Amino acid sequence: MSTSSIAAITPEVIRDHGITADEYEKLKSLLGGREPSLTELGIFSVMWSEHCSYKSSRVHLKRLPTRSKLVMQGPGENAGIIDIGDGWACAFKIESHNHPSFIEPFQGAATGVGGILRDIFTMGARPVAIMDSLRFGPIKPAPGTTQAELHKNHSVMEGVVSGVASYGNCFGVPNLGGETKFEPCYSGNPLVNAFALGLVRHDQIFYGRASGEGNPVIYVGSKTGRDGIHGATMASEEFSETSEAKRPNVQVGDPFMEKLLLEACLEAMQTGAIIGIQDMGAAGLTCSTCEMGGRGGTGIEIELDLVPQRETGMSAYEIMLSESQERMLLVAQKGREGEVFRVFQKWRLDAVEVGRVTLDGKMRVRHHGEVVAEIPNDALTEAAPLYKRHLERWEPPVQREMPENIKLVASGDLTENFKQLLASPNICSKRWVWQQYDHMVQTNTVEAPGAGDAGVIRIKGSNRGLAMALDGNGRWCYLDPRLGAMHAVAEATRNVACTGATPVAATNCLNFGNPEKPHIMWQFSQVIDGMTKACEELDVPITGGNVSFYNETLGEGIYPTPVLGIVGILQDVHTAAKMHFREAGHAIVLLCGESPGDMADVESEFGSSEYAKEVLGAVWGYPPELDLEQEAALQRAVVQMIQAGLIESAHDCSDGGIAVTLTESTFAKRVGCRIDLKSAGLPPEFVLFGEDASRVVISCVKSNLPRIKDIGVLYGLHVTEIGITGGDGVQIQVDGGLAVSASGVELRLAYESALEHALRAE
Amino acid sequence: MKFGVIIFPGSNCDHDAYWTAQQVAHQPATFLWHDSPDLQNCDAIIVPGGFSYGDYLRTGAIARFSPVMESVRKFADGGGLVLGLCNGFQILCESGLLPGALTRNLGLKYICKSVTVRVESTDTPFTSACQKGEVLTIPIGHMDGNYFCDEATLAELNRDDRIIFRYATPDGQITAEANPNGSLENIAGICNAGRNVLGMMPHPERASEPELGGTDGLKIFASMVGAMAAR
Repeated sequence: MSTSSIAAITPEVIRDHGITADEYEKLKSLLGGREPSLTELGIFSVMWSEHCSYKSSRVHLKRLPTRSKLVMQGPGENAGIIDIGDGWACAFKIESHNHPSFIEPFQGAATGVGGILRDIFTMGARPVAIMDSLRFGPIKPAPGTTQAELHKNHSVMEGVVSGVASYGNCFGVPNLGGETKFEPCYSGNPLVNAFALGLVRHDQIFYGRASGEGNPVIYVGSKTGRDGIHGATMASEEFSETSEAKRPNVQVGDPFMEKLLLEACLEAMQTGAIIGIQDMGAAGLTCSTCEMGGRGGTGIEIELDLVPQRETGMSAYEIMLSESQERMLLVAQKGREGEVFRVFQKWRLDAVEVGRVTLDGKMRVRHHGEVVAEIPNDALTEAAPLYKRHLERWEPPVQREMPENIKLVASGDLTENFKQLLASPNICSKRWVWQQYDHMVQTNTVEAPGAGDAGVIRIKGSNRGLAMALDGNGRWCYLDPRLGAMHAVAEATRNVACTGATPVAATNCLNFGNPEKPHIMWQFSQVIDGMTKACEELDVPITGGNVSFYNETLGEGIYPTPVLGIVGILQDVHTAAKMHFREAGHAIVLLCGESPGDMADVESEFGSSEYAKEVLGAVWGYPPELDLEQEAALQRAVVQMIQAGLIESAHDCSDGGIAVTLTESTFAKRVGCRIDLKSAGLPPEFVLFGEDASRVVISCVKSNLPRIKDIGVLYGLHVTEIGITGGDGVQIQVDGGLAVSASGVELRLAYESALEHALRAE
Repeated sequence: MKFGVIIFPGSNCDHDAYWTAQQVAHQPATFLWHDSPDLQNCDAIIVPGGFSYGDYLRTGAIARFSPVMESVRKFADGGGLVLGLCNGFQILCESGLLPGALTRNLGLKYICKSVTVRVESTDTPFTSACQKGEVLTIPIGHMDGNYFCDEATLAELNRDDRIIFRYATPDGQITAEANPNGSLENIAGICNAGRNVLGMMPHPERASEPELGGTDGLKIFASMVGAMAAR
């Protein structure tokens, strides 16, 4: 929006700022009854935007568990922090950058990575890993997908992946993977969720708090430009045909500047002269100024003439709302500013005193000496609007029972169906994506993308390691938001457990449609309920995250898509398990909870699988049942087996079912497998491709089988020997009849080349 | 022997090389700041990987003008060991310490993966602990690793046995499939005429510890330590 032409604050101007009439009345009363200046209106508009204020989600987010013995910092700071032992802590968070990534895929994704990295190092932690969870529209021809849409989806995906790569690679942080999924609902609303994790010593944690009257407030990093103005407001509305015109609202990233900023900030923190520090992300200087004052119970007064500017003639409105990247605001001890300035000088970065800390609890902004905004911090933060929006139960427009025209076969060779499944975009190798990411820099990567169910890094100078995984299943949440969210927690924690790490904490990124629609709010509330239950049962408190609403284009919303990031601790990183079979002659064992239910349940649950969508061409039913007690038991058992050195590989069964799990385990070392599964009267397609929860496939030397069975029994699990490693490729029998038989070469070709093939098919 | 690892603004493998020299190869190591010409009496200089000055221009184009590089040039002229890794290789080419240039990968994308390279010459202080023809597994991570030089230079490099590493299949064949980035003659690393300056695109510091998946890279560090001891 252009501000130069605005002469007076009219109802139209207020509406253009995304502020309702009621909100405007509230705003005035918070200002003591007076009208705001245009700059003040702009400030309120970004701080009260959904993106910054969480006005629709706050009432629900309160239900999430946020505490444990290990949580040192829960939600409310720039990132959550947990104690990981040996005097180390780790700061981590996931955040969305969906809207900018649709409008400008490369820069949108790049600045998404940049933003989450700043959230980590502003806490004093050096970022040691990133991951990303990406959702795009279909990249393969499919009914209902036009050529133009395919082309757009390809270019969005290319741009997003290059953007993530460009920022992370230059900054120098390993990308340990994540997930990339495709569904038609993401065509107009791609999701880009970026996760980052950093390490910090317990006694070197910093917070975004301003304290000490008269202490200098220092601006460091990039100069302020006109980019990204109203980015936060843009992220708080739906898209229409004119959204492309919002490209100037997307910020431009400079990872080199961020790398310098990282080194300079960490070095400046070492001086002991810094009291508080916060990055300028969404809502830029506005947000950092009022939040630092708010958290510290103080006020901050700044003079905008002192702010380093990239362009001439910027108005107060523009400077306060700019979302130029790679900037930080910090409060130093009065008299010790010089020590801070010296460090930034060494890195040749701007560092300018722009104001000071006051005790009046207000954010006071001057421009050319005149006060242009004076707002109590509370009015922007604590007193921001809070909505308990209307909820309305919603049924997805799908059949709950298996459609009559779908026939599952009773027996026979399913190899061709399996290869089709293996080559489908959601299942196939994502090597094309993660090979563009530097996943080895910092020389800590023990499990790179594709090596295990989770990324694993070592901690230099310690025996410990950290495992991390991202997971979400939009289709399942669409079919049943509560159960789908429980599965997201269960699968991400299971992925971490499969490396031998104990999952200890979580961060969430909640991607939804328009919260003003009651059924979207119902989905949100259901997801929070499911997540709360699962996080409690699996003992992973949520330490922070982000909510992204308004993922709708032309009224078409996304599947409710909560993405979970889970962090786990490995006491000895050298014991970490990988997913690959190591050599021939090892026993292959399925660990699982309860056996599947009756035929009606099985048929209904099969409709939510990748196989149903991809091979049978239909989606129906519900996500699989999930027993959280059994899930917890399974994870503990797997961790115990790995730590005791009893197993050679571990891989969880998820998308595509056990056939995919087994096949993925054969690739790295080219060790095949021979499997014999029992159907218990269920259709072989379900046995092979069903996605029942709480299952892990391990391999082990045969002499360890008795101890593995003992541990399994102890935890109440079914421990079933299902085959043996060896030979080339994969042979699976069901009840003695050959169901899948393929060579390693065929399977690798289907699995490895599918993504590139789809992207090059234009 | 004392290793010096240069830090340019934007270096991001500096700490990795330092760690490998100090903690894995058990040698004294120090960081050298780009702005200072002082090489602190180091016995070998590592020009590390990363994105010096963001690599927004041609890779290494700005770093070559750093005060430290003038000292590195003199140090190399005097026979001192200089190892350029990835961005370091690019900087050495820009500085004229090594011939040729590293251009954009053939596939136009950044590539991070483990590759296999064949040791073409053991007649350098960087490969003396290897066997000729030995295949090393070492990761690459770069956007601009496509080595190019003119025909005369290429002939000279071949004639003088200055091509030190070539991308190869795991069994040592030099094939187009084994070439990840389009490099001329699968070149992954070359040395100068004095054989005391080596530039290579693969990252030996990323393959020097078993927990990271391999230790072939440590042979480069071990060779250097052995060579210095022999001096």
